[in-house]
Amino acid sequence: MRELWQFTRLIRSKNAGPFELTFDIMFKDRAGYDLVLKSGVLSPESIAKIYGVELEEIRLFNIEQILTVKFSLPRKVFSGDVADTDVYGGQFHGPLVRLLIEEA
Amino acid sequence: MGKKIKAVAATGNLSTGFREESLARAIRQGAHFVGCDGGSTDSGPYYLGSGNPRGPRQGVKRNLGLILRESLRAGIPAIIGTAGHAGGRPHLQWAVEIVRELARENAWHFKLAAIDSEIDPGTLVDAFRKDQIKPLSPAPPFNEDVIRQGQRFVAMMGIEPIQSALASGAQMVIAGRCSDVAIYAALPVMQGIPKHVAFHAGKILECGAASVAQRLYADCMAAELDEDGFTVEPPNPELRCTPQSVAAHTLYENADPYMLVEPGGRLDTTAATYEAVSDRAVRVGGSQFLPAKKYTVRIEGAALAGYRSIVITGIRDPLILGQLDHFLSSLHSAVERKIVDNLSPPPGAYTLNFRVYGRDGTLGPLEPNPKLEGHEIGLIIDVVASSQELASDILPLVWHSGLHHPIPEYQGLISNFAFPFSPPGVDVGPVYRFCANHVWELDDPCAPFQTTWETF
Repeated sequence: MRELWQFTRLIRSKNAGPFELTFDIMFKDRAGYDLVLKSGVLSPESIAKIYGVELEEIRLFNIEQILTVKFSLPRKVFSGDVADTDVYGGQFHGPLVRLLIEEA
Repeated sequence: MGKKIKAVAATGNLSTGFREESLARAIRQGAHFVGCDGGSTDSGPYYLGSGNPRGPRQGVKRNLGLILRESLRAGIPAIIGTAGHAGGRPHLQWAVEIVRELARENAWHFKLAAIDSEIDPGTLVDAFRKDQIKPLSPAPPFNEDVIRQGQRFVAMMGIEPIQSALASGAQMVIAGRCSDVAIYAALPVMQGIPKHVAFHAGKILECGAASVAQRLYADCMAAELDEDGFTVEPPNPELRCTPQSVAAHTLYENADPYMLVEPGGRLDTTAATYEAVSDRAVRVGGSQFLPAKKYTVRIEGAALAGYRSIVITGIRDPLILGQLDHFLSSLHSAVERKIVDNLSPPPGAYTLNFRVYGRDGTLGPLEPNPKLEGHEIGLIIDVVASSQELASDILPLVWHSGLHHPIPEYQGLISNFAFPFSPPGVDVGPVYRFCANHVWELDDPCAPFQTTWETF
């Protein structure tokens, strides 16, 4: 079993404006992209579970052309608000990096 | 053979800089204009709320000076968007003052258009009563009280006010809050380039050299637009674009990778194509522009949320760490009582938040694993109160109580916190929050924006 980052060239999160977060998982090659998609680790259900959000809050895009999985979530706390922890939204991807990927 | 327009982005943000020789080379190669974005909401609501620009002033002056010198020399316009980082009236004035200094120091002669995008509360209340303000999702609650209590509101202009300034002969346009894409789409659309080409090129250009395969440093980017598409190529020979690097850039800071909402319509990149024309240049085509039924501009607003005082400290004792949740909640209760006894603040006058780094300090409620695993934590004691005086007064009650807060395993006075600094705390100043995620329906795209002229 390998970890998600071993298949990717970039995993990042970022504000998409002050009210939403967006996550980009960019793969090194087609084989890794296919394998991870098949594993279900980046399915909307799996992401909802990781971040404790409702399934319908997740907008997910599998962008084959650039071997990228992208998803976006509304922020629970808006950027820079009193209880915010990450104004730029740049570290929310942390829990994804070491996700285990089943290799059959 | 249709018209070709060459657009140059000096850099992704006016404060980050670029290579002087890259800009000179791009302009020598026949640019029709130079653009640069000066701001973002990315750094949070502080800049919009406080009216303070984000510097460094010296860096912004250097970059504005190079952009002005090169564009004046070539006789092409320079377009700056979102002046002073937030694009409010004080931010615009700050940027205009820098331009005045540059004109004076260098004896440059040109016509400057400054486009104000700050919306006075009275105007906004009026628009709200006419039902012209519509929420986006997710939106904070919005009503006349929010408008009146807001610190500052701006509307994000599209291409039209910039076009109007260019048509009246502006050699430099400095815009208040402005769509990043509009900086680069305004002039090409005036010259007959279709919107789907100009807006897509604008999206790629707005971050400067961010769409290269490997961004070694902040630098310029250039694109040549025609009626079928555009070719993007970094002017610096050390940098290169690939189809993947350019396509990937449409994802950046955008919740939907295929749909970019702009004043007046949406850019749909679902069918966009990206082809290498050399090992450094990429040809882009195939996107669509879908005009909106109603022209809208986004409203941004910031409201005062309070005044902050903080302490940064660390805890290394394993017995405290072993019962940290209980330790902090019992400290919280003890402190609340002390605050009432000593300061008797009105209800709701402050919030006290323990931010635990080493547990969930970074992700907050999104942390899937809010457990302590290390041998120490970093703790930020975060007080936000209705006045700076109250926040400052609460702070020592919290940290001094926490320093000696007992745990059952120890008898006698203990010191629980390792403060790296003396004094342990600092007053941070006003805290703002974004108070609008709304659009304003307009009959005239230029109506909210006032242009003033100066001739040097």
